[in-house]
Amino acid sequence: MKIAVCMKEVPDAAAPKRLDPGTKRLDRSVEGALNDFDTHALEEALRVKDGAADTEVVVVSMGPAKAAESLRKALAMGADRLLLVSDEGAAGSDLLATAAVLAKALERESPDLVLLGQQAGDSDGAVLWAALAERMRLPMISQAASLELDGGKARSKRQTEYGYDVLEAPLPAVVAVSDAINEPRYPSLKGIMGAKKKPVDTVSLADLGVDAGEVGEAGSRTTVVGTGDPPPRGETQRIEDEGGDSAEKIAAYLQERKLV
Amino acid sequence: MTTLVFVEHHEGEAAKGSLGVLAKAASLGGDVAAVVAGENVRGVAEGLGAHGASRVYVADDAALAAPLPQPRVDVLARLVQDEGIGTVLFAASVLAADVAAGLAARLGAGLNWDLVELESRDGELVGTTLAFDDTAKVEVGWKGEPRIGLVRSGSFEPAPGDGGAPDLRDVPVEVDDWSRSTAMLEQAHEESSGPSIEDADVIVAGGRGLGEPEKFALLEELAKALGGAVAATRAVVDAGWYPYATQVGQTGKNVAPKLYVACGISGAIQHKVGMQSSGTIVAINKDPNAPIFEYADLAVVGDLHEIVPKLTELVRQRRS
Repeated sequence: MKIAVCMKEVPDAAAPKRLDPGTKRLDRSVEGALNDFDTHALEEALRVKDGAADTEVVVVSMGPAKAAESLRKALAMGADRLLLVSDEGAAGSDLLATAAVLAKALERESPDLVLLGQQAGDSDGAVLWAALAERMRLPMISQAASLELDGGKARSKRQTEYGYDVLEAPLPAVVAVSDAINEPRYPSLKGIMGAKKKPVDTVSLADLGVDAGEVGEAGSRTTVVGTGDPPPRGETQRIEDEGGDSAEKIAAYLQERKLV
Repeated sequence: MTTLVFVEHHEGEAAKGSLGVLAKAASLGGDVAAVVAGENVRGVAEGLGAHGASRVYVADDAALAAPLPQPRVDVLARLVQDEGIGTVLFAASVLAADVAAGLAARLGAGLNWDLVELESRDGELVGTTLAFDDTAKVEVGWKGEPRIGLVRSGSFEPAPGDGGAPDLRDVPVEVDDWSRSTAMLEQAHEESSGPSIEDADVIVAGGRGLGEPEKFALLEELAKALGGAVAATRAVVDAGWYPYATQVGQTGKNVAPKLYVACGISGAIQHKVGMQSSGTIVAINKDPNAPIFEYADLAVVGDLHEIVPKLTELVRQRRS
């Protein structure tokens, strides 16, 4: 079985996130990290591989060339190789343009299963799978809190606004997993050393045969009109638990406000 | 120019979020229509006139019985093209997000999500989203039509107006084979058991930072001392640590207690939308960068496993 896992680099959690006032795009020059949500998708693929050694796990990503550094962690966790679509022309792609590029990259791999995480940590986007499944004309399951592969089908339990339901889709399929599905493994030292030798295939839009008009800002159908200050919110009082007296401080705070 | 609002429904009732979006669309002016897709949904459709729809498209077919996105994309894509619809709006939900993104890809249309405001500016639709854990406001627009927008939960309230019975129009339902290849084996139903968190004055909520399900006992003790109820995040409910009936957030309940104590909760937007109306928010988390600290009144950086038992003891002393 071949599993493709869509992963992306996002700004590190500790790095300041901001829009570049000139391009109105997310400033990606800061320290990057693997999007945490995607590691749950990778973990799910690696569990299949743990049970069936002939499983191939390919990480498919789109991003700047430097994203390969963050994505190497996926190889260290156990993915076999990385396909990174990196092209200046893809910068500023919205959902539609991103889906066009990734669908092309995935079609090249023609996997039995495409896995995604539930959300992008930078854009809070939580819709890419549906656009990809549409482009690739594949069945789709989202918000999967469990995944069983059996008899050429994927079966998942998932939560909606109304409780839990169970969905089943024939493979090949696109499945987006929730972050509750598993606890991603940490890369082992052996994994980290081994990752350096694993294949990283960086391709351009031309390599994939993607038309320049379909991607980047030209291929996007949404725009950023402007930016501004967020709505005002109340002051946050902060307590750092240094002296071990946080509980006292919280109790005093609650009493002051007559909440106890 | 017609704005079409996708009205989601469950057990014969239109979702409140969809009605809120419908009211917002009506307030922007222009022609506002709704679409209801499902099986035996005429009842849902008939009630939408009062919420701002002048016309309701009804896609009623057994192929739409399960709330799955891909068959709905087939129906909506055709409707948008046949009727020349300029804008399609959705209230965010598990189903709506998937329908919206599938429709965007099908029609080559722009999709903006997590919208908290919509306005018509010089005849152009402009949406507002809050980026980076709500620390930045971003105004977004669309190039060309149709424009597709997904509205954040709870952004708009339904406004029952004096609209009469809407003009109902049946729309053809033709679903591709591949669109119906995903099957629903079991369908969700709301769990009615468990303590109600919606009426509690005090809520002590736990997330993944608890480390293990047994640690909910710490929160139960604190909740008891404060005279409140215990709630949980989607992540721990999905992991089976605590019942679904206690879940706060987008796919759970919306709560607004006087005091909300968040323990080991990072505070993703999906959680925030369910509890941001709380009177006072106290957050305890060992990660100094946890997004919840952005909207807590009292942000406590520290180990909840040490702090919560001590706090429980102190509250007990003060109350006795």
